[in-house]
Amino acid sequence: MQIYLPIAEVAVNAFLLLGLGGIVGILSGMFGVGGGFLMTPLLFFIGIPPAVAVATGANQIVASSFSAVLAHFKRKTVDLRMGGVLLAGGLVGAAFGVQVFAALKARGQVDLLVTLFYVVFLGAVGGLMFLESLRSLRRARKPGGTLPPRRKHGWIHALPLKMKFRTSGMYLSVIPPLVIGAGVGVLSAIMGVGGGFIMVPAMIYLLGMPTKVVIGTSLFQIIFVTAFSTLMHAMTTQSVDIVLAVILILGGVTGAQFGSRLGTNLKAEQLRILLASLVLLVCGKLALDLLLRPAELYSIGAAT
Amino acid sequence: MIRALALFVLFCGTPAGAERIVLGLSQDEVAITATFDGSSILIFGAVSRDAPIPQASDLDVIITVTGPPGPVDVRRKAREVGIWVNVDAVRLSRAPSFYAVASTAPVTDILSAVEDLRHRITLDQVVRTVGASETAPDVENFTDALVRIRAAENLYQIREGAVSLDQQTLFRTAIELPANLVEGAYRTRIFLLRERQIIDTFETEIDVRKVGLERWLYTLAHRQPLTYGLISLALAIVAGWGASAVFRGLQR
Repeated sequence: MQIYLPIAEVAVNAFLLLGLGGIVGILSGMFGVGGGFLMTPLLFFIGIPPAVAVATGANQIVASSFSAVLAHFKRKTVDLRMGGVLLAGGLVGAAFGVQVFAALKARGQVDLLVTLFYVVFLGAVGGLMFLESLRSLRRARKPGGTLPPRRKHGWIHALPLKMKFRTSGMYLSVIPPLVIGAGVGVLSAIMGVGGGFIMVPAMIYLLGMPTKVVIGTSLFQIIFVTAFSTLMHAMTTQSVDIVLAVILILGGVTGAQFGSRLGTNLKAEQLRILLASLVLLVCGKLALDLLLRPAELYSIGAAT
Repeated sequence: MIRALALFVLFCGTPAGAERIVLGLSQDEVAITATFDGSSILIFGAVSRDAPIPQASDLDVIITVTGPPGPVDVRRKAREVGIWVNVDAVRLSRAPSFYAVASTAPVTDILSAVEDLRHRITLDQVVRTVGASETAPDVENFTDALVRIRAAENLYQIREGAVSLDQQTLFRTAIELPANLVEGAYRTRIFLLRERQIIDTFETEIDVRKVGLERWLYTLAHRQPLTYGLISLALAIVAGWGASAVFRGLQR
């Protein structure tokens, strides 16, 4: 069944979209990630204009994170103060990212920018995750191996403007979370992702936050930043496709339910290796598009 | 009914010896709905004349349908620092969003170059008037690319021999409109030809518009972007939260 998307102005098979949402939902349920970093490139591959894919992707993440953050609120695993600081940075970053996006769209370089961002970030995160899980798999096989000690105090703790974060049990400068929030905000606007895949490791390794509040707090920040990105895209580029978003959300939420059940049957290291391979695969495909000579050198874009 | 119409026209007074077009369209409006998946428009008509059919030459018909022209940027990639990036761009200020030319025979056989130049019938002539900016030394490569890419998307069609002509009087053709249509008035022209000269033309418009929900959403997105953005967010939250609530209910 073909469905005509009013903003993207293309007709796409509704079941293909539902399936796409479902598959990304399964993966996000399995791995506990938002899945925006997979959804947006997949939308490019099926012919949705990049601007619409990015803006609608942001809208879809609001939906998939909302029910998750409610669950975390119930378990009291959201550090509202830390979330607020990350959010303040995030809004500034997102506003900046949307402006960069609009400026490059006018110059015809937005596809390049989005692809480059994806290649760099997917490559770095996927590579690190892959090495890390390989190492921990090897450790798990060798009995008697111990985890390397985590550094408690670094240069991060020497920065001024300290603040008490009671839920996380930390006394920390607001500068690092502001910077991390802003960076993730830029990514959210340019890549159409929540940015959890960057923020979660940053919160654990850079800020040293307790793992149990990391997911809830990052979801809290992601919801507001992606909601803000959606509004900004709706107002500056009019590229949010509500019909596309609803179909993807329905597929995604359903898929996530099955994914979370599948995920409990696999070991954590195996899951992480799987996710890392998946991330590297998408990264490789996008990198090849940049490196290989395209079949059609010319492209037509709407004049701005 | 068409025959009856044609006969009726035959008896009406037209200038002696002249052949004129009487046109019908299967629909003069195309509605883009949520399930729009392209459309086929039947264009048919009759030739009215008050003299016997001239036997000295053959009658030919060319039908063109032009979508609303708009500005587009055609960009060309080149390799820079190892990766393929858009380097050159040419702005085409009046590239038609859709163009179909259907004819009873190969257009070059039935249409003289002068008439083509005057009425801009073939794609080559249409492309000459797209208003290309001179920002690259080889503008033709960019206009060629426009035709190549849009032809691959079925937006530019050359359908020689697709018009059928019965008894030198009744003609008909079907124009396939693809799903990715731009809204607006689609200018439809019909040319009647003898000995490579145009002897009559007829022009009408097909209105292509989004309707219903599609129309409403599109208008809302452009007229009240803030409201539209807020509705998108509200819908996302309701859909996301609602679906997971349904699943929780099912699990119990």
